[in-house]
Amino acid sequence: MPSLIDLALEGRQVAEQRPWPRTIVEFPVWNFAADQLAEGAWSLSGLWGEPSAVHMALVDEETAQAAVISLACPNRSFPSVGRRHPPALRLERTIRDLFGVEAMGPPDARPWLDHQRWGTRFPLGAPAVPGDPSPYPFLPVEGDSLHQIAVGPVHAGIIEPGHFRFTAGGETVVRLEQRLGYTHKGVEGLMAGADLTRAAQLAGRVSGDSTVAYALAFARAAEAALGIDAPARAIWLGALMAELERLANHLGDIGAICNDASFALMLAHCSVLREDVLRAADTAFGHRLMRDVIVPGGVARDLAADGAAAIRAVVATIRRRFPALVELYDNTASLQDRTVGTGVLTPALARHYAAGGYIGRASGRAFDARRSLAYAPYDDLQFDVPVLTEGDVNARVWVRIREVEQSLSLVEQILDRLPGGALLAPLEASANAGEGMAIVEGFRGDVLAWLRVAGGRIERCHLRDPSWFQWPLLEAAIEGNIVADFPLCNKSFNCSYSGHDL
Amino acid sequence: MRRLLLPSLLRRPLTEAAPAPDDAALREIAAAVDAAARRRLGRSLSIREVDAGSCNGCELEIHALNNPYYDVERFGIRFVASPRHADVLLVTGPVTKNMREALQRTYDATPGPKWVVALGDCARDGGCFAGSYAVAGGASEVVPVDLHIPGCPPPPLQILRGLLALLEQVDRGAKAG
Repeated sequence: MPSLIDLALEGRQVAEQRPWPRTIVEFPVWNFAADQLAEGAWSLSGLWGEPSAVHMALVDEETAQAAVISLACPNRSFPSVGRRHPPALRLERTIRDLFGVEAMGPPDARPWLDHQRWGTRFPLGAPAVPGDPSPYPFLPVEGDSLHQIAVGPVHAGIIEPGHFRFTAGGETVVRLEQRLGYTHKGVEGLMAGADLTRAAQLAGRVSGDSTVAYALAFARAAEAALGIDAPARAIWLGALMAELERLANHLGDIGAICNDASFALMLAHCSVLREDVLRAADTAFGHRLMRDVIVPGGVARDLAADGAAAIRAVVATIRRRFPALVELYDNTASLQDRTVGTGVLTPALARHYAAGGYIGRASGRAFDARRSLAYAPYDDLQFDVPVLTEGDVNARVWVRIREVEQSLSLVEQILDRLPGGALLAPLEASANAGEGMAIVEGFRGDVLAWLRVAGGRIERCHLRDPSWFQWPLLEAAIEGNIVADFPLCNKSFNCSYSGHDL
Repeated sequence: MRRLLLPSLLRRPLTEAAPAPDDAALREIAAAVDAAARRRLGRSLSIREVDAGSCNGCELEIHALNNPYYDVERFGIRFVASPRHADVLLVTGPVTKNMREALQRTYDATPGPKWVVALGDCARDGGCFAGSYAVAGGASEVVPVDLHIPGCPPPPLQILRGLLALLEQVDRGAKAG
């Protein structure tokens, strides 16, 4: 099996990118990489465009290496990766919608984020006048006694908008087709030309439940591009916030999943614990979701004087109350009846799509950026990465239960060993162009941030949500389940709409 | 389960005292609730939440209103699944161009009397996403807005204060009418 380093030798290396190499390659190497992805040698971590280039981020999980390869597209086209490796399909459709750069020979050439409502085509490439709107062609369905159920974009609950097209035979889902893009806000367009302060603010608003993870990914990428290091205290405080965010989301979602199986008692208790975490975060960092605290160069504010005590108190509360809830989950037959064996994602698919977060880890994929690409301070902390192989709703719940326990321990370790010193490294508005990339483990999975900065301003920034490689798997996991179990399956995945639509 | 339920019966409730209605919100909403509408609503509000393109931050804090600390249903405020059942549309996010029609159709499907509450900084004027090719602007670009609740996202207590102002106005009118 070739290593990513061999691949990097096949092209012209771009000196400015840190910490992982970026190499400009020709068609054969690009196609070779696509074949390696299809064979499972590497994982696809991102595929994004520019007006006349495409970039592909690759991760070798065995050697913990990452690399970016780039292909110049003077003719606005490139060989389709999706033709060989389906996880790339929606990314290629997005590149065409935003930049007008076409994948050659993809099995699916329909638009994705472009709903023909923007008043322009290819807004980030060479903008063009749109033609007459045409209806979106859903995939054809044939068979006896099938019926379709259209849901969304406005859903029944307090959730984000998206469209689900179910085809059912009786109660059983034969196919789910998703249509997303409703919350597309044009974040990458707003990023171009923005200074670092505004760009960091935008990054923290890509997906509200992962505001810390995005701020951290963006800050680390910007620091890599500028060649600066955040002070030790800022790095540890960043990890503290990331773990609090993980705790709050896991606790809230464990309750919400049970609630989708009509077991409201778990929701009531878990939502109290979630609220306790958010209140501690508010005390410690001045904002319940800890928004805009992590910035390029470090953190914008220190842990409040009573912050550590508030966080220790909430850790003690969770340690006292959570075990009884776990026992209740485990011993309620009617709840287990709904979650065990429901919405199974096979390990083979999870590996093929490089599914991150608890979705991958409940289906045997032991990837966690905190461990697999160990970044500070996690390389210096003790924690387990829980992995199960069943891949059902129950396994996803259990991975999150175990991750709550790990995060509690991490929070305590960080508070015990929090270094002193400066909070923010000065940013030098270097005139030179620099490129940086970061992969950070959010609660949902690995968030990738890639950016090029020049003269203190963003030239191009791409943010890839873990949901890109998780949404398509929900279509697979729901197949053969009953329609009534969709909310349960969907909540157990909890993919981001806004993070995906960008 | 008994071990969880029994202590809950013996413990004082977690639910906290109601906050005072927000003064600024009271002033803004006063004009929008007339006596006839007040009589019809009584002391309850049914809310249909519409995410018109938000980052999901506002939704998290709206969800928090239902946790035992805030317990929004004690005020007669509840979230409903269909606009057909709603008195209030609670709109979050900058309205994206891809969501514009869906928001308009949700508004049209809501029977009168109805009010629109724009929640969060984005719903006021597009917030930090204003000016994008993909964003139409604040909620008022598409539907008439009666009340703004600012914040990024507004914490649950602030959302509650805004909604109580709306409810109080309704109640005051009902008694007077």
